[in-house]
Amino acid sequence: MKNPAIIGASIPRLDARQKVTGQALYTDDLTMPGMLHGAILRSPLPHARIKRIDVSKAKALAGVKDVITGQDTPQVKFGNWRLVPQSQDELPLAVDKVRFIGDEVAAVAALDKETALRAVALIEVEYEELPGYFNVEDATAEGAGLIHAESEGNVSLARKIKYGDLEAGFAQADYVREDTFRVHAVSHAYLEPCSSLAAPDEGGRVTLWTSTQVPYIVQCLLASTLGLPENHVRVIKLNTGGGFGGKMELRKWEFCAAFMALRTGRPVKFTLSRADELAFGRRRHGMTIRSKVGFSKNGLLLAKDFDVLLDGGAYNSMGPTATFLCGNFGAMLYRYPAYRYLGRHVYTNKPPAGAMRGFGAPQALFAAETQMNMAAHDLGIDPIDLRLMNAMETGDEIPEVATISSCGFKESLVKVREMSGWDVKRQEKRPGYGIGVGCYSFISGGVFNWFNTKYNFASAEVRVFEDGTAHLLTMATDIGQGSDTVLRQILAAELGIGVEKIRLTASDTAITPKADLGTWGSRVTLMAGNAVRQAAQKIKEMLIPVVFGHFDLNQIHDIAFEGDRVFSKARPDKGFGFGECVYKALKGRRGEPLTAFGAYTPRNKGLVSPAFSFGAQVAEVEVDRQTGLIQVKKMYTAHDCGVPINKMAVEGQLEGSIHMGLGYALMEDFVMKDGRTLNTTFLDYKIATALDMPPSESVEIDTYEPEGPFGAKEAGEGLVSPTAPAIAEAVFHATGYRCADLPITPPKVLQGLGRLKA
Amino acid sequence: MAKQTIEITVNGDRYEVAIDPWRSLAEVLREDLRLTGTKIGCNQGDCGACTVLINGRSVSSCLTLAVEAHQREVTTIEGLAKTPQELHPIQEAFVEKGAVQCGFCTGGMIMSAKHLLDKNPQPTELEIRQGLSGNLCRCTGYNKIVEAIGDAARRLNPAKEGQ
Repeated sequence: MKNPAIIGASIPRLDARQKVTGQALYTDDLTMPGMLHGAILRSPLPHARIKRIDVSKAKALAGVKDVITGQDTPQVKFGNWRLVPQSQDELPLAVDKVRFIGDEVAAVAALDKETALRAVALIEVEYEELPGYFNVEDATAEGAGLIHAESEGNVSLARKIKYGDLEAGFAQADYVREDTFRVHAVSHAYLEPCSSLAAPDEGGRVTLWTSTQVPYIVQCLLASTLGLPENHVRVIKLNTGGGFGGKMELRKWEFCAAFMALRTGRPVKFTLSRADELAFGRRRHGMTIRSKVGFSKNGLLLAKDFDVLLDGGAYNSMGPTATFLCGNFGAMLYRYPAYRYLGRHVYTNKPPAGAMRGFGAPQALFAAETQMNMAAHDLGIDPIDLRLMNAMETGDEIPEVATISSCGFKESLVKVREMSGWDVKRQEKRPGYGIGVGCYSFISGGVFNWFNTKYNFASAEVRVFEDGTAHLLTMATDIGQGSDTVLRQILAAELGIGVEKIRLTASDTAITPKADLGTWGSRVTLMAGNAVRQAAQKIKEMLIPVVFGHFDLNQIHDIAFEGDRVFSKARPDKGFGFGECVYKALKGRRGEPLTAFGAYTPRNKGLVSPAFSFGAQVAEVEVDRQTGLIQVKKMYTAHDCGVPINKMAVEGQLEGSIHMGLGYALMEDFVMKDGRTLNTTFLDYKIATALDMPPSESVEIDTYEPEGPFGAKEAGEGLVSPTAPAIAEAVFHATGYRCADLPITPPKVLQGLGRLKA
Repeated sequence: MAKQTIEITVNGDRYEVAIDPWRSLAEVLREDLRLTGTKIGCNQGDCGACTVLINGRSVSSCLTLAVEAHQREVTTIEGLAKTPQELHPIQEAFVEKGAVQCGFCTGGMIMSAKHLLDKNPQPTELEIRQGLSGNLCRCTGYNKIVEAIGDAARRLNPAKEGQ
């Protein structure tokens, strides 16, 4: 039942016109009468006890309307894992201790930004410095002090996965290798710095406009930290200038804005600077990954032991989910008869690591795919052939974890081999030229409910009107990926009306139906898409009887919704315009509006996700053997995202993934010293510019995901993962230098070539 | 320090504003004139989201003091199209080619593209990439933006088509 004019079409995003004319509003664009400006005092020390805070000078400064410290707040701990309260380890403002440089200690609201910043500088804090731990080895060493008293040896949590007989697998293996990989932390570097504006509302209620991926989660956690009923808190997301996982929690400034708005009776706005974002913001987990893998001599995978230490920084943040998912990504691509995973999330005195595009996959897959390439080399098997031998297929089961309901992995491998000219180029012996492959699998949203929501995972309300238009209300959250357009395409395809006929209200927790867990883990198209479809189908059930009644149709007729009409498929003349049909239904209902609610919650879908995407990527590089400089010449991608709802949006996601994957592989890195981030500008923290991006060619493999709306599943998040291992393999092919610790920098290449001493 | 009164023409409208002399053009556009299409992504001149034209030349408005725009003509993203009903060909191309995702860099990108195409109506792909190298985008990987600007160049110079 796919409408090719809508499903799979390259429809320009419906918000693009607002964005190209500068009319689209982002949170920092808002201002309100009487609005105050907020600023935050952060810890200058990585680990210290707070002895005393004196805010008297700050309070006395003219123009300052409020100053708060942890002592003024209800001191309710929060974290996204509500299901496991002991994992909720953050307070809105520090009370006894600070745990990283940048930990939030106090906040000011003043008449203007300059006064707020001056007041922050007048707050006096006396600290007693404690030993700092800046890597997982030091933090877990015998005798290390505890960053959180509740943790065991600074391990905040451990996750295990185990299936099959590991011992037997390794015993049977002809070829076993064990490697340690190190991957680094990187920044989300969304272009819009975080911004939040809170305004007091009547009856002690509060409204928060905020740049977020998760309005519902922010609503719930903000209510609990303020000590208010959830319904007293309204969260509205305007346009959000990217998130990539970095805006998926309650943030301290959201609390401070709301808390001070309630205290002062005035709107309060906080907007972060780029230096705040880079120095103190969330980041992707750095990890130390020890992987042992066993193969038969003809290349069949027999067993894998995957042991990961995650550098979590000062708080759990989204670390628990990353720890769990990392283990799944370690064994999602291939058939492993036996697999064991142990992931330990370690506290260190650094800015907390959180969710970031891939959510554990870029790290796990850099290790797993690099190891696959190493094994292929040793076994004398072509890397693509080795993958084809072991690849997952539709119907495969990951024991006790998941069933793969659609899988185009083998087709992706075959296609990328063909389109890249792999077989010929791999034999090329041009100095400095290399070609390499990397693959990925990813989830289409999570089935887990660590947030412990009582509501459905995704919801939608559809209203239709006698003028032939519709209104879609959903909490699903477009942060730039295009879900506001894609969800309207899904509704338009169901109702047979044009996308331009659909008004959308999204991401307002007081108006849109409860609930939606937000944008992360590539969940929106599948989950919110299914919710929209369900609501649309209910609307259709209200309209179909009208056609049957009016035209006295035989029961065997089927009704079509197409081209703004509702009609019998067999007798297209028997039908009405969509609006007229709504009008007639409305009359029959004595004026009761046509409104329907739809929802989606994954059930009986294993432990991870209802659907999995797959793909393969090939990188071609040229390495300058004198300077070690790596130039990526071209990227080829074949991927299985099910049925793409919007082809142009999928391409955009893919190209954006390559940008982020290439940065991860070659240029992005935090330079840190004793817990301090030293590169806090875009001049020093380098993301790829238009000049750095290679040309890219891509193909979507034709599959149909039965669980997804119109056959769709994840697109564009998983794709951030194969780029680094593909480039690393290409560099190995070009130079013989095998990178096991990202990023791949010129000095490392020169060391690998023996031209530079370590 | 005393406030200073500046006269600026923005998108054809003349304004007289009294401002602290240290304030950036980006701040004055956004906060005083309420033209919020100009974005502040870094406030350090690195990301290009605040790009506007002063007398036809592109500048990072976060690194430009508002007083420097005194008695000059400023064009922001809000003033690029001739009328509110129509789009400039660069804007049209950005919409149709999928060059927009989160949209935060978009205004600055388009203003840099405008400056580039004014100087060089038929840029090569490399020249387009060079022209955009001061504008960061985290969503698109730039390819669709580059494509849109090439397309806009063709729309702006239809006569050259097929040469």
